[in-house]
Amino acid sequence: MTFLRECTIVYNRQLRMNLRNPAWVIIGMLQPVLYLLLFGPLLKPLIGQFGASNAYTFFVPGMLVQLGVFGAFFAGFSLIGEWREGVIEAERVTPASRTALLLGRLMRDLLQLFVQALILVGLGYAMGMHAGFRGVVVGIVLTLLIGGACAAASNALALTTKSEDVMAPVINMVMMPVLLLSGILLPMTIGPDWLRRASDFMPIRWVVDAVRSAFGGQFDGSDMFWGTSWAVVLFGLALWWGTATFRRENS
Amino acid sequence: MIRARGLVQTFHTKQGREKTEVQAVDGVDLDIAEGEVVGFLGPNGAGKTTTLRMLTTLLKPTAGTATVAGYDVVTQSKEVRRSIGYVSQAGSTFSIARAGDEVMDHGMLYGLSKAVVEKRGQELFEQFDLEGLWTRMPKSMSGGQKRRLDIVMGLIHEPNLVFLDEPTTGLDPQARANLWQHIAGLRTDRGATVFLTTHYLDEADSLSDRIIVIDKGRIVASDTSDNLKAQVSGDLVDLEVTDAGRIAAAAERLGSIADGVEVDGHHVRGRVQRAGKVIPALMRDLDQQAIGLDSIEVIRPTLDDVFLTLTGRSLRDAEAATEQPAPEGAPK
Repeated sequence: MTFLRECTIVYNRQLRMNLRNPAWVIIGMLQPVLYLLLFGPLLKPLIGQFGASNAYTFFVPGMLVQLGVFGAFFAGFSLIGEWREGVIEAERVTPASRTALLLGRLMRDLLQLFVQALILVGLGYAMGMHAGFRGVVVGIVLTLLIGGACAAASNALALTTKSEDVMAPVINMVMMPVLLLSGILLPMTIGPDWLRRASDFMPIRWVVDAVRSAFGGQFDGSDMFWGTSWAVVLFGLALWWGTATFRRENS
Repeated sequence: MIRARGLVQTFHTKQGREKTEVQAVDGVDLDIAEGEVVGFLGPNGAGKTTTLRMLTTLLKPTAGTATVAGYDVVTQSKEVRRSIGYVSQAGSTFSIARAGDEVMDHGMLYGLSKAVVEKRGQELFEQFDLEGLWTRMPKSMSGGQKRRLDIVMGLIHEPNLVFLDEPTTGLDPQARANLWQHIAGLRTDRGATVFLTTHYLDEADSLSDRIIVIDKGRIVASDTSDNLKAQVSGDLVDLEVTDAGRIAAAAERLGSIADGVEVDGHHVRGRVQRAGKVIPALMRDLDQQAIGLDSIEVIRPTLDDVFLTLTGRSLRDAEAATEQPAPEGAPK
């Protein structure tokens, strides 16, 4: 009960600051929306070649995962700002659980991602996407899992590096292969064999495939199994890393 | 209130391919009684903040033991954190959050109810001259107001022991003087034990009952400011003699109680132990000998003189020559 209360206090504080300065929420949202508006129409004439019939039913799941991965990975930047101003140290010297200090922040990141995902899906429907309610729910849950994993990892990285100058290139270095090998923009199936095989080693690709399957109404294929498994495993691992970093004596 | 034995903190740093081990704190023993105000004085990199971070459970000691407010800092860290207030030199509030909200959230992390924190917070804002700033963001507060807000954050759960890390660094003289009054009030008004680190000599001198001097990770002295100063060669007495013909007589009279008497024009100077005690007798003696004075000045040794005596270098030189890296993980 105390632990939950501590998580809620941290969550409320973070949410209040986000609401006071919503610029980053809007900027984070802008990228997938622009992709949807400006890149989506380019897919329309090509969609038949991907083995799909609706460009937006294909594209929105990719954008959802992109939102989850890219948006959440920037969560750590605000943590560095708080650390620099002594907030993290002040919190760590209270009797509150150090795990709660991370989870409260993670809850804020997940709520923010959830709202952004709803807006993106709504926009997708407005542009002609066809997806069932159940598929959208499963897709958003998978997005939240992968987004939560990235947010936890970002917070852990932030508290380890304590420098935006180190964080930014690291994120860039990780994100570029993720973007290119996960089939967010175009399906890996249209690529040469070696590229397809390389993408097999990219866990996010499986998550993208799973969200696409869910939006297409397929819930029992291997895509769904592997995508869900990877999302859960990555979430677990990142949560463990983030928690360990917050609990570490010298953070 | 604080008891430490053999506290050690070792950091590993890497310069190029070479790994080096830095002993930031090297066997520190501390005994601080309830109600004491202790100044922990030393140059930058001496190990002050690292010691304080170990005592406040932010850093696990590499070796040694410490109990704070009766609890072990390693095995009972939560109880220690519940019992202490900590004001970090990096601050404690986010610049774009409202001051009152920060105090509320901080207080509630101690398990206090919203109503209790709000009541205490408002009272503390009043006591620390922060009335009307409850909804103000720290970024639009002055340096002094921000530091007072940090102290309010550290006091919201009414701790009996308060750690202040370099509380007045970066403040202008007026804000410093104001903050000193508030720090003095922690003991007089609240009965709190205060442990403050500082590299300002005047700060340690004016606020502390006892000064603990640390250099290169080791405690080199622990005593009252007066006793520490008495360890130095004493107070300098400077007599300005009116009549040139009486200078030799004045030097002889001063020489009966002082060491190293020297004459410079109409000035006769010498060092005495505890000038306050011997000056009245000296004045009577000079009067009986009909030696007239234009002025008399007593120059007391500073804590810098104490540091020089203890370590062979002045505090300011030590600061300039600081080579030890900042502790890992400490906000810069």
